[in-house]
Amino acid sequence: MSFINYSSREINCKIVYYGPGLCGKTTNLQFIYKKTAPQQKGKLISLATETERTLFFDFLPIALGDMRGFKVRFHLYTVPGQVFYAASRKLILKGVDGVVFVADSQIERTDANIESLEDLRINLADQGYELERLPFTIQYNKRDLPNVVPVAELDSLLNPDKVPAFECVATSGRGVFETLKNIGKQVLMELKKHY
Amino acid sequence: MSDFVMYEEEFRRVDEELRRLYQLANAKLIFLVDKNGQLIASAGDTHNIDTTALASLTAGNIAATGGIAKLLGQKEFSILFHEGDRDNIHISIVANKVILGVLFDQRSSLGIVRLRVKKSTGALTRIFHEMDRKALGDKRGRAELSPFAEITDEDIDQLFK
Repeated sequence: MSFINYSSREINCKIVYYGPGLCGKTTNLQFIYKKTAPQQKGKLISLATETERTLFFDFLPIALGDMRGFKVRFHLYTVPGQVFYAASRKLILKGVDGVVFVADSQIERTDANIESLEDLRINLADQGYELERLPFTIQYNKRDLPNVVPVAELDSLLNPDKVPAFECVATSGRGVFETLKNIGKQVLMELKKHY
Repeated sequence: MSDFVMYEEEFRRVDEELRRLYQLANAKLIFLVDKNGQLIASAGDTHNIDTTALASLTAGNIAATGGIAKLLGQKEFSILFHEGDRDNIHISIVANKVILGVLFDQRSSLGIVRLRVKKSTGALTRIFHEMDRKALGDKRGRAELSPFAEITDEDIDQLFK
């Protein structure tokens, strides 16, 4: 649910990074934060445990610029990936405009990816959404590691609908902004359809 | 699920109501946030406060408390109160869709804040209900005002350069 404010001439959209524990959702946000000009970003808020595992969410507001006199802002959120934070994950999906699914490319995380994607579908359905009808981008993260599943196989496992998918190394930033741009465009295109 | 659209006129009325509450409750800051964490309006001194973060965390707070309520078979906890050394914060849900936050210190009191919030909630609820009706009624009529009406793919591309 985006927020369009005619008074302050702003469009605010909410994008959620979803995925299994330790797949690199927070790392995506940290990289975006690091590489965005100070005047374009707000504070990166991380509600994390002492061991830097996301407890509730990370939050990063970024300003993209003007579109026909309206300031466009994206609010980026991550969910806590660990299985037992299911209740919190569901809450963060409230009012989402677009979802990025961050998959961990390592062979041993294959089941975790599938499980998390299923969890995403269920949680969206609980909020009255269908994944197929939402702007949706997939990111295959950790492509620099030696034990990764080939992209073709990840595609057939996680991306039957052939939504845009990007290879990524979030720690070095490869693919991070490509993913963000893609979901951002999809969200704005979707808004355009409705207005 | 519809998007949340706010036009000039309603914004002015909301803003007015927040200012009134700010004065009557003797508060430091009043802010209104939608349930998804977007700041709608505020009144008072926002100079040293990151209101975007404040909005997102407040919505997270309400969402988490709402989760607890559901777990316990309650519809929701409609008021939250956090007491600090210096400042306190009173958070409540208005018209089932937005969150009203009041930051105050020892110059005010919980009693006054509760009383004033209750009165403002009524006024704000009316504004938001009218907004809903309007959004349903003349979405089509407003189309020419929409920032998206004339947007081209190039405009969107331009944003991402």
